Amino acid sequence: MPYRTDIAYLYDGSFEGLMCCVFESYYKKELPELIFTQEEAQSTLYDIREIESDRGKAARVKSAVKNKISAEALDFVQKAFFTILPRKERIILDFLRKGFKTGGVILDMLTDDTVSVLSKAVSHLGKESALYRGFVRFSEIGGVMVSVIEPKNFVLPLMMDHFCDRYPEEIFVIYDKTHSTMLLGEKGKARLGYVENFEPGEANIGEKAFRRLWQSFYEAIGIQERYNPQCQMSHMPKRYRSQMTEFQERETAPLPLFPEPEARLPGK
Amino acid sequence: MDLEEKLKILTGAAKYDVACTSSGVSRSGEKGKLGNAAAWGICHSFASDGRCISLLKVLMSNACAYDCSYCVNRRSNDLPRATLSPRELAELTIQFYRRNYIEGLFLSSGVLRNPDYTCEQMIAAIRLLRVDYKFNGYIHAKAIPGTDEKLITELGLLVDRMSVNIELPSSRSLQLLAPNKTKAHILKPMQQIKEGIQENKAALALYKASPKFVPGGQATQLIVGASPETDYSIITLSESLYKRYTLKRVFYSAYIPVQSGRNLPSVDTKPPLLREHRLYQADFLLRFYGFSAKELLSEKTPNFNTAVDPKCNWALNNMDRFPVEVNTAPQEALLRVPGIGVTGAKRIITARKTAKLDFAGLKKLNIVLKRAQYFITCGGKMLEGLKQNPEFILRGLMSEASIRRTYLPDSEQMSIFDEEEYRKCLTGQI
Ligand code: SF4
Repeated sequence: MPYRTDIAYLYDGSFEGLMCCVFESYYKKELPELIFTQEEAQSTLYDIREIESDRGKAARVKSAVKNKISAEALDFVQKAFFTILPRKERIILDFLRKGFKTGGVILDMLTDDTVSVLSKAVSHLGKESALYRGFVRFSEIGGVMVSVIEPKNFVLPLMMDHFCDRYPEEIFVIYDKTHSTMLLGEKGKARLGYVENFEPGEANIGEKAFRRLWQSFYEAIGIQERYNPQCQMSHMPKRYRSQMTEFQERETAPLPLFPEPEARLPGK
Repeated sequence: MDLEEKLKILTGAAKYDVACTSSGVSRSGEKGKLGNAAAWGICHSFASDGRCISLLKVLMSNACAYDCSYCVNRRSNDLPRATLSPRELAELTIQFYRRNYIEGLFLSSGVLRNPDYTCEQMIAAIRLLRVDYKFNGYIHAKAIPGTDEKLITELGLLVDRMSVNIELPSSRSLQLLAPNKTKAHILKPMQQIKEGIQENKAALALYKASPKFVPGGQATQLIVGASPETDYSIITLSESLYKRYTLKRVFYSAYIPVQSGRNLPSVDTKPPLLREHRLYQADFLLRFYGFSAKELLSEKTPNFNTAVDPKCNWALNNMDRFPVEVNTAPQEALLRVPGIGVTGAKRIITARKTAKLDFAGLKKLNIVLKRAQYFITCGGKMLEGLKQNPEFILRGLMSEASIRRTYLPDSEQMSIFDEEEYRKCLTGQI
């Protein structure tokens, strides 16, 4: 029996939801023209079916991907899901359908269009999250290390482990303005949650003093005889700079003094 | 003098040292401590000169007792002097690190009184960081030539990477320009660090909890253009440093004339940035692409071609090794194709397991054909319209550089690099 293609799936935008779309596609023998979320409000000529998220179904699809394709393939589609690739849901469905036929070797088929498109999107996500590992800037506000980022891809899940490992004794927040999502880290563990709006509080004098020192360092480290904004731009495009301390207005807060008292612990 | 003033002076004094990577060590965080280390290193910003900022790179002090003529900090130079206390250094490192400004500390110093005293001060600061502040991030320290062995060992047990700067690529130039240093002075700590690392590896194999000695390996810096050595003698030196002293990295620093001197290039000499770039490319070829120095240059042609990169240059002189068939060539042969980097070669090898590769397929693998096209076949065929003739190829490869020159007639030397070249200089995909 030929697959029905004159249909579109509406899902809740979660990875679980997408896995349920994959389930539906197999169960009903359908290749939907489109898989989309409410926010995207796509117009389609075809019937729209709402796919409910169901943990059980999603888990079944995930374990099928793991067993019939590979654990790497599951990781790969999870990452593909975090990218900004247009129509990624539909392409992920294609990828999985191919993968169920070929098995784990699908990830080696780099010249296949579906694999190639997803790989490029995933590597873009990987690069962006790697850059943000360096470019995130925290401010100490009320004992919490707070930062805001504006990434294109949904990079937070790829940054969690790194920052938890780095700051096991800090409470920290990374707020992704683009996706209205907050990463909250505490005692080496992190959670992600939807937060509509977030404004970090006002920085105190102590915080401003360290910003000022960093700005001075940043200015002093560049070598004038090698001035090269073009090279700087290719490593650190403008869009990353909006929240970076060294590109904000110069701080003028009074400087801290460090006499030689007893040792102090970090964060205290 | 306030802390900002000191920081400015000591950063300005340290900025010419190029070894600012945080790579070579992978260390997980630990409960009760601050920080971790990532093997590939992390760039936290890029300075106005386009260079990566990874570490808080400062001198402990610029009040140097020595008088190396190529150096701003030399005793005879009239310049404001500053010294950071161990406490100030530790606080700056910790507070910058907590805010994710940096990966750690790169500490060097002018010679305060004498090498031993300087090293003791550095040890005091780094111990404060490691022990009192429980800092678990990256630390790179400079070993001052002439320091007592015991102190070097002590320092090595606290840091991730150590370096001894050779600076001048021959003993003659050293004698001329750095009268207080000798080749033996420089090579001795280098040898000691090398042996220390080897012994430590053996100890770690027996007893896992042995303290680690310089786990990130050692590095050095060579100044390019302050003295008359050729590219050939420089990369031959690098090659032997990688082999004899198992160095992790050799860095090259285009000499920037900071003062006039009898034995120095004149003050209005432009820093040889393109030459420095070519040396970095050649260095990548030595470390990751299986080339030897002798293959790249010789006594007869002792300097790199400014028009094309060293790999293209080698390929043009060895046309009998090309074209290479991408569907069957072993990895070593793919790595020698201009335009195919380490990542590209890996992708080709993966992809050809399941499909026959053609030129369209290579594009899907993100292989840039601009250079590679002249040196490869897909299924026995070259890309249409191309000839396997060195002059033809050279014209094809050079035109980009010359076109850029015409577009940017009076721009700086650096503008002849395109974005692709920048990326390559970061990732080493040549
Ligand atoms: S010992 Fe180092 S800081 Fe001192 S003058 Fe020589 S190069 Fe400069």
